[in-house]
Amino acid sequence: MRQSQIDTVRGISAEQFHRSLRGRRLVGKFAVIIFLFSTFIGLATLAALIIDVLIDGIPWIDWDFLSTYPSRHPEDAGLRSALFGTIWVAGLTALFTFPIGTATAIYLEEYAPRNRMTQFIELNITNLAGVPSIVYGLLGLAVFVSFLGMGRVVLAGALTLTLLVLPLLIVAGREAIRAVPDSYRQGSLALGATRWQTVRYVVLPSALPGILTGTILAMSRAIGEAAPVIAIAALVYVTFTPGHPFERFTVLPIQIFNWVSRPQADWQHVTAAAIIILLIVLLSMNAAAILLRDRFQRRSEE
Amino acid sequence: MTHQQTEHANNGMAPEASITAAAMDGALTAHDGAVTAAVGAAAPERPPAPDRPISLRTENMSLYYGDFRALRDITVGIPERTVTAIIGASGCGKSSFLRSFNRMNDLIPNARIEGIVEMSGVPIYDRRVDVAELRRAVGMVFQRPNPLPLSIYENIAYGPRRRGVRNRADLDGIVQRCLTQAALWDEVKDKLKQPGNELSGGQQQRLCIARTLAVEPDVILMDEPCSALDPASTLRIEELMQELGHEYTILVVTHNMQQAARVSEMTAFLNMAEDRAGALVEFGPTSEIFTNPQEKTTEDYITGRFS
Repeated sequence: MRQSQIDTVRGISAEQFHRSLRGRRLVGKFAVIIFLFSTFIGLATLAALIIDVLIDGIPWIDWDFLSTYPSRHPEDAGLRSALFGTIWVAGLTALFTFPIGTATAIYLEEYAPRNRMTQFIELNITNLAGVPSIVYGLLGLAVFVSFLGMGRVVLAGALTLTLLVLPLLIVAGREAIRAVPDSYRQGSLALGATRWQTVRYVVLPSALPGILTGTILAMSRAIGEAAPVIAIAALVYVTFTPGHPFERFTVLPIQIFNWVSRPQADWQHVTAAAIIILLIVLLSMNAAAILLRDRFQRRSEE
Repeated sequence: MTHQQTEHANNGMAPEASITAAAMDGALTAHDGAVTAAVGAAAPERPPAPDRPISLRTENMSLYYGDFRALRDITVGIPERTVTAIIGASGCGKSSFLRSFNRMNDLIPNARIEGIVEMSGVPIYDRRVDVAELRRAVGMVFQRPNPLPLSIYENIAYGPRRRGVRNRADLDGIVQRCLTQAALWDEVKDKLKQPGNELSGGQQQRLCIARTLAVEPDVILMDEPCSALDPASTLRIEELMQELGHEYTILVVTHNMQQAARVSEMTAFLNMAEDRAGALVEFGPTSEIFTNPQEKTTEDYITGRFS
């Protein structure tokens, strides 16, 4: 009785209602299938790529591959210079990016007045995140290598990559800081803490996991970039490892780029092996950052 | 301290500011003898609430958010060591009024105060006043319990730590004293290391009261402290308010008429005028406001004829 009253109100009979319900359920199921399929496209491609690279490359990886310098013969070729170069550049880039990016994010979220100047800065940072990386390479070449007279050295490469990934970290850092509930800030300020104390002891500890996630993403980008570093380093055949930031260098993506363009079949295996090493470097840096993040997360919850 | 010396102190961070803060403290402690004596003897021997010394005072205070006037010409003197309830319809500016006393309104861009706002005779909007020190002296408990993402212990120790207390034994003492004062010690003494936000809502709110006590405030502002709590927790907070009201000046915003009648000795009724600015309609002893209001709007509000 009651059910039919409700149906009358809606202007449809119970039978119509059930038929349209079946239809809607079908549409819902169909949508889930499409979403699942889309997910698999990405996953399958990635899996195919990784499996292909692993099959090609794993037999070529041994200690000699890591510890020898590049060679004209594929069986003698090693990664030593590129691996050291990448570690040097990545380390310096992280060292520059993290404090500058975090400080900028803190300023923009916690201190900057809401005015045109701030809006202008924010707009530009967002835009900078979209600038093609080769443009940064040319900028680095002009400013660090030539104008500041550093030459084609590790430091110039690291500074260029810092500029490249800073906007990424700033955007991620701001989001992490914005996600800290305002009630924390108010609670801290109401207890007589100063603004800086509130940022230092409440906002930063809460935002740090998010900031570190941003750093992971930024560093992954920096390690994988070839274009800007080619503009800076311009070296592909390096038979020494940098001992300090003012020496010349090469990095893994450049070495890979160089090898992959050679015609002989064996070089494809060398390239695959180098790609695996690059992935390992990337994953271990990410793992380190995640460990660090978890440690801070636990500490901030104590 | 002369005016010439302090004239150039640009804001609260200058050393002169702490002198102002000290003056604020001094003005309060001047009354200490009389009041503690009264409390020490027996509650009935305290002077009736309206006769106690004034702690917070405003004169023709108006509050603006940009062009919008949220409070109009409020003149009131809040007696010290008394629970004062602020009642009024939603949106009439009760919270804004409350936040004027610890300058939390400063956080809102374009917020501006006109008129006199004093605490123990010190103008708190003077630029020599250290805002952090003011907020230490005027604690605040929020509508939703907002413990910091720290352990129970660290929530209490947060305020003292920021003021430079490092000694572990001192901090231990503060934590135990404040949790005891807030009637929470027995419930949490075995789990001080656990996160504060894992407590129940009522316990969290008592934790927030305890951490406010840890910085030894003179005034405690409470912004609908029970509105997110169940009746049993509400009752405990109310008892706590009454107890603390003997030692602290408590200003509590509430929508609950029974609560105002139960816990407060003084009541201020705010109402919105035609231009939407909140104005003080009536202020007096709670018993008189509730039994014999002088204004028609007060009576209408209390009897629930409008809200």
